[in-house]
Amino acid sequence: MDFLIESVLKVAVVFGVLLGSVAYTTLLERKFLGRLQVRHGPNRAGPFGLLQPLADGLKFFFKEDIVPANVDKPVFILAPVIALVPAICIVAVIPFGDSVTIFGREVKMHITDMNVAVLYILGLSGIGAYGAMLGGWASNNKYGLIGAMRSGAQTISYELAMGMTLVSIIMMSGSLSLTKIVAGQTFYWNIFFQPVAFVLFIIAGLAEINRTPFDMPEAEAELACGFNIEYSSMKFALFFMAEYAHMISLAAITVCLFLGGWNLPFGWEVPFVPKIFWFIAKVFLLIVFFIWERGTFPRLRYDQIMNLGWKWLMPIAIVNMLVTGVVMTLIG
Amino acid sequence: MDFTFATEQKFLVLIADIAFVGFIVATLFGGIVAVGARQLIHAVLGLIMSLMGVAGLYVYLGNHFIAAMQILIYVGAVSISMVFAVMLARPPEDAKAKPLMFATKIGSGAVIALFAAFVVGRAVIAHPWVKAATVVKEGTIRQIGENLLTTNVFVFELISLVLLVAITGSVIIAKRGRDNTDQQGGGV
Repeated sequence: MDFLIESVLKVAVVFGVLLGSVAYTTLLERKFLGRLQVRHGPNRAGPFGLLQPLADGLKFFFKEDIVPANVDKPVFILAPVIALVPAICIVAVIPFGDSVTIFGREVKMHITDMNVAVLYILGLSGIGAYGAMLGGWASNNKYGLIGAMRSGAQTISYELAMGMTLVSIIMMSGSLSLTKIVAGQTFYWNIFFQPVAFVLFIIAGLAEINRTPFDMPEAEAELACGFNIEYSSMKFALFFMAEYAHMISLAAITVCLFLGGWNLPFGWEVPFVPKIFWFIAKVFLLIVFFIWERGTFPRLRYDQIMNLGWKWLMPIAIVNMLVTGVVMTLIG
Repeated sequence: MDFTFATEQKFLVLIADIAFVGFIVATLFGGIVAVGARQLIHAVLGLIMSLMGVAGLYVYLGNHFIAAMQILIYVGAVSISMVFAVMLARPPEDAKAKPLMFATKIGSGAVIALFAAFVVGRAVIAHPWVKAATVVKEGTIRQIGENLLTTNVFVFELISLVLLVAITGSVIIAKRGRDNTDQQGGGV
């Protein structure tokens, strides 16, 4: 029964931590964006606005749940769920740290170590694209439909570039399992060998999760929120949570693939600091970076995004893959 | 506290069985929705559900790679382009006018299905099934890669040639279409 209890506990803990992080990432984003724009951000609910996520959640719960006339009802209701579930499921393959010993039992710090973890992540983010597409289509709203089309096109285009970028990492580590990829970075992180791939991955990832400067599907100024325009109450909250869950998982995946996971570079060790701390610190810094660039970059135009994806990221990723292959063959 | 190793094993098998039944139901129900839905987009969703059920069956059979590829290619790429096409098309006005399922259609479908089930069932029962060899968990991707680049390298190259022709052809067709309907500026 130990295996079962351990698995259920791990799932529960990871799920809880993820949802808590989602809630507080929204606060971090609002506070930090506020500072970048010389405002204070939310500071009324609790000390330093710390209870703001709670207040937001309560407000979402008590809002009226409106289903507009002439929407495609089953798809309209299903879309937020399709958006959120893959975003949460991605976390199942992310290794958070080395194994630890609890009550004399070795516990691995990941829910499952799948040997096709990278493909699993790509597949799930593909399913996640349906959420925005179906939501926008089912809303029976022009803005919604345009947002949906943009979201779909963008996700497919950048998923290709992302996959191509990942190939070079997979070639280097010889495995699709995130745990093994991290284990190969105890001394040198992958970013030292693959700086180009790292930049490409961050750009493609930001486009994939529809964040600024690639937030065309919900460009407020032109689409009045895009695919989620007709959604209210908890249905809107599900879309919102999906966005932030994607952001956290993108940060975690980037840390695993390029920044050594729970390892410090060059085999450094700091006594008395659990390894999971480094993982959390790196994820946190990446999230701060995502928020920072949101406050810095203007939104790209739609055709610019498509050009960037197909005419720049894809070819660079393919060339990077070729160079990696040639160098690996030469070194042996 | 009388849980033993055997009970845990049984419990895990039970969970796997429930998942198996769930995948089967998803596959069949998705298929029915795909052929029976009046709204095109519901049909596509049914197809996606069916494909995901099949991916689940691959997981059940222990081949995660094929399952991931099924999701990545069929759900993540092929079906998304179908959803695109449906979204770009004008919704049919008479979507709710005609019932798709007549009693005669259902009846004839059931007769054909029963006949097919009878034929296939006989073949299945008559076939001497050999128990599958134990699955090599780690090696699947490596084996596929080695197979593709040694034994089946000719087929592999042939497929890549076919795909290259397809890509070139689609680029040419798309380009001609754009020339005819003079340059409609940037994107959706």
